[in-house]
Amino acid sequence: MRWNAVLRVGAALAGLAMAVAGCGQQQPPGTDGSTPPVAQGAHFEPGTTMAKIANAHAIRIGTKFDQPLFGQQALGGKLTGFDTEIGRTIAGALGISPDQVQWVEAPSAQREELIKQGKVDLVVATYTINDKRRQQVSFAGPYYIAGQSLMVSSDNNTITGPDSLRPTKARVCSVQGSTPAENIRKYIDPAQLTVFDVYSKCADALRTGQVDVVTTDNVVLLGFVANSNGGFKLVGDTFTREPYGIGIHKGDVAFCTFINNALTQAAKSGVYANAWKKTAGKVTTQMPELPALDSCS
Amino acid sequence: MDIILDNIGLYRDGLLKTLQICLYAGIGSLVLGTVIATFRVSPFPPLRATGTAWVTVFRNCPLAVVLFFCAFGLPELGIHGAYFWFGVSGLVLYTSAFVCEAVRSGINAVPLGQAEAARAVGLTYAQSLREIVLPQALRSAVPPLGSVMIAMVKNSAIVGAFGVGGELFSVQARLTSAQGLALIPVLLGVAAGYLIITIPAGVALGALERRLAVVR
Repeated sequence: MRWNAVLRVGAALAGLAMAVAGCGQQQPPGTDGSTPPVAQGAHFEPGTTMAKIANAHAIRIGTKFDQPLFGQQALGGKLTGFDTEIGRTIAGALGISPDQVQWVEAPSAQREELIKQGKVDLVVATYTINDKRRQQVSFAGPYYIAGQSLMVSSDNNTITGPDSLRPTKARVCSVQGSTPAENIRKYIDPAQLTVFDVYSKCADALRTGQVDVVTTDNVVLLGFVANSNGGFKLVGDTFTREPYGIGIHKGDVAFCTFINNALTQAAKSGVYANAWKKTAGKVTTQMPELPALDSCS
Repeated sequence: MDIILDNIGLYRDGLLKTLQICLYAGIGSLVLGTVIATFRVSPFPPLRATGTAWVTVFRNCPLAVVLFFCAFGLPELGIHGAYFWFGVSGLVLYTSAFVCEAVRSGINAVPLGQAEAARAVGLTYAQSLREIVLPQALRSAVPPLGSVMIAMVKNSAIVGAFGVGGELFSVQARLTSAQGLALIPVLLGVAAGYLIITIPAGVALGALERRLAVVR
């Protein structure tokens, strides 16, 4: 009898919670500035990618589904993250509301192929712009400059940046054979470096106090900070440069220019800052500004 | 070939690190394994049980699991240390079980009359083991012990994955993944590095075996 009562109360509470959550979702988008605005009655020159997308009223955006804070899919299927917000912003500029966007999972190794085969209209997926990739796709942006950073325990105040690693004899952890591991060798003695096969082992070693610092791209580190219950923090500025761009079909200059304009507009109106605040900004005080955009070609 | 020659310094450092691991782990496991073997032939039941349990656990657990416990389990229990020593400890624990069995096979090869005679002239159990049985046992255990030691050298490649780094096998990841060099020549260099250790070790063991052979 008693258990039945407990179950009934629990069910009632769950129902209430769902109703409350439902209320939140039904709020019209764009009213509180937290969701990107949707352009009304936008008109584009026929034949352009923009016109094609706007007329079809559908856009397919490739993004990561497993990168915390940038593009992560919750159990219910809802995507959250900074990349996701950037994608929604661009969709909005084309007159497509956030819930009309079709998200396509774009793991690192498949991004070029998805664009080349036309399976997506654009890719926003922690996608570093480099010359090798430029041979296959074009990039709008960059919309964010990621870079290698240092993660330490929240109570560590002695490590302030890569130059403080040698004097403090800090034990540094990274992944065997990764670019960050090679980069950090410049700042430390070989005996200071511990390497594992995955970053989660480094985070574990940091938690148990076996190492003092974990280093890789700040985006990956922010994911661990987000899951550490306040146990970890990032210190210092990034000391390498990984410009994240928006991948589009190679040579689509008009679309690239359009995206760049949309990004500039989003930076001006505060949509860009909002997108950061509600995603990666939750676990870091760093507040990026829209970087200088590359010219489209 | 150029890939190996251009990075010969990295290979050399890796070879030295692997040798260092093997030296410590070799000495540790030979000593520990012999001690466990004396437990296993001891007339005192609790010691026998301890020895049997030790061998059962460490011979039947994959090395990766033992190393995982050393590198990630111990810090979890508040025991901190360098990953190098965690790695060496794991290799010692694992290899000691095999050393124990090799030594025990050597002990079983010593004719029973030797131990009986030793006890008959008034030697204690420890004395008879130390002065009579073990010297003969270790001689006949040289061939299996050699195999165990060579297996240990190869197993040391796994230690690199548990935070040690810099040993011979990890050279592969630094050259292929980080520097983008071709996999096959890099791996051939790694293989050559291990052969540089294991082949001379095999030859030396053969010579040792001939010198120490018990003439009956």
